[in-house]
Amino acid sequence: MTTIQSAADQSPLRPDLARIASWIMPQSRVLDLGCGDGDLLAYLRDKKEVEGAGVELNSAHFIASVQRGVSVVQQNLEEGLALFDDQQFDTVVLSQTLQSMHHTEHILREMARVARFGIVSFPNFGYWPHGWSILRGRMPVTGEMPYQWYDTPNIHLCTLKDFQDLAASLDLRITHLATFNFNKEVRLLPSWRSTLALYRFESPKRAA
Amino acid sequence: MAHIPVSASAVQPILPPSTPDVPIPSGSVGFVSPRFFTFSDPLPLASGQVLPSYELAVETYGVLNEARSNAVLVCHALNASHHVAGMAANDAKDLGWWDNMVGPGKAVDTNRFFVIGVNNIGSCFGSTGPVSLHPDTGKPWGAAFPVLTVEDWVRAQVRLADSLGIEKFAAVMGGSLGGMQALSWAVTCPDRVGHCIVIASTPRLSAQNIGFNEVARRSIISDPDFHGGDYLAHNTVPKRGLSVARMLGHITYLSDDDMAEKFGRTQRAPAAGGEFHYGYDVEFEVESYLRYQGEKFSGYFDANTYLLITRALDYFDPARNYGGDLAQALDKVSADFLLVSFTTDWRFPPARSREIVRALLKNKRPVTYAEIDAPHGHDAFLLEDPRYHAVVQGYYDRIAYKLGLPERTSTTGVLA
Repeated sequence: MTTIQSAADQSPLRPDLARIASWIMPQSRVLDLGCGDGDLLAYLRDKKEVEGAGVELNSAHFIASVQRGVSVVQQNLEEGLALFDDQQFDTVVLSQTLQSMHHTEHILREMARVARFGIVSFPNFGYWPHGWSILRGRMPVTGEMPYQWYDTPNIHLCTLKDFQDLAASLDLRITHLATFNFNKEVRLLPSWRSTLALYRFESPKRAA
Repeated sequence: MAHIPVSASAVQPILPPSTPDVPIPSGSVGFVSPRFFTFSDPLPLASGQVLPSYELAVETYGVLNEARSNAVLVCHALNASHHVAGMAANDAKDLGWWDNMVGPGKAVDTNRFFVIGVNNIGSCFGSTGPVSLHPDTGKPWGAAFPVLTVEDWVRAQVRLADSLGIEKFAAVMGGSLGGMQALSWAVTCPDRVGHCIVIASTPRLSAQNIGFNEVARRSIISDPDFHGGDYLAHNTVPKRGLSVARMLGHITYLSDDDMAEKFGRTQRAPAAGGEFHYGYDVEFEVESYLRYQGEKFSGYFDANTYLLITRALDYFDPARNYGGDLAQALDKVSADFLLVSFTTDWRFPPARSREIVRALLKNKRPVTYAEIDAPHGHDAFLLEDPRYHAVVQGYYDRIAYKLGLPERTSTTGVLA
């Protein structure tokens, strides 16, 4: 298949999405859950010959994905990934969505079911100014989590350690971690200094 | 300025002798007339019967390009025809059934695509059907017209594609029963369909769907004016049966909420003081509406055609020869797919479209699927929901881009 240059703007990818893209093998099959405007999938198609599919519920985002020529299905992730067969993809991505899902464990299990590798990113609740904010008697409101306590979609916030424990309990083997502080990658003291965490994991081996 | 369809093939459109003195609305293909294609080779049918020869009524809009790569086939549903877009030359008020979708600058942009509307065999709008004259007897076919399947329609349309010199369609598209034909095209002629667009459709009818069809058929067949299907020989038509069939159909096309919104329990011409009449004539608006629709339909639609088409719906089941495994049935398709369903469609609900999506994903086909949260039930596929139109338009713009067709120069219609 020839690569198609997206007719949409060729703006550079957000740093966290670029990092996700770096963890994806060329010519592999990728499922992007909550794919938004399809920017990651369009990038992977154009730069890495990746065959991708997206899932997006919001109509405006969905339409933007269609206009980009990204294959996308309009479904609610809370209902799981019933449309997808076991190990149908090489990598499944859930970018900045985990913290707003009701059924966190369920979606992680589903991700492990449909692909060999999973990539998740979420705002790090352990970012140190959050503690400062709580000491001052306020819920934290920051760039990655710009919501007030009463209208936030983020119902399952966690720290890096919290996520690692959950991954271990689901037999997900973490292969890569990258952490960002407002679009800049950070390596020193990431548990405190990062606002956003990205993990790549390998799904448990399935009994053949 | 009138947009006169001219095809690059040897087949020239027949223009109306005089263009009526009516302004052409923006985004309209203008005045259109059907062309008739005769196929004298016998057509073998799924039932084992043979149609000795047949004629197809066809409308085309836009221009077929040099490469013949920009053709779009639009397949019709139960009560529609080849008249997809524009105004009928003999009646400016007679708009094509998908006029909001097809035209210059519309979602299916006739400035760039050559769009073909074809009336199916067995229909009553110009193609060979039960009201046509049998070549041997010179009398209408009537009850003797062979039973048809969706695959038979596709086979008949393949010959049309051949005679227009179209090897591969940019897209084959349809809603409801038209969607089944599009799906059937992708299965039976995989290398001739670039994109398959299936809207408000299903991979097969449910028992409930077949049940509704059966009630409709019984109401026609048990009408004393039916005469075993040879009512024309008796100079009559089974209007009552056809009317009831249509009333039933209408209820299944609308959602419960939609009917509540449109009619509720509003009384029609109540007695003094808002009282009931305490009888069996029309008491409620909804009854009046359904009777009117049934009456209107029975005046122009052929009863045998209604039987044939509902039966073809019942038979459709591409997975049947694969032990019910739809993924296996779709194993050979090479088209990219767009599917659209509507949340309040209880005739062919989203779950049916999802089955097709799932099967395609299993086969690693590129598939885009929109589930539109619209209140209008099955009929939504004919209506003007802007999200729905934006999805179809976005998809067609990408098709144009992939095929190297010109960019969209205007946006008319629903999204203007």
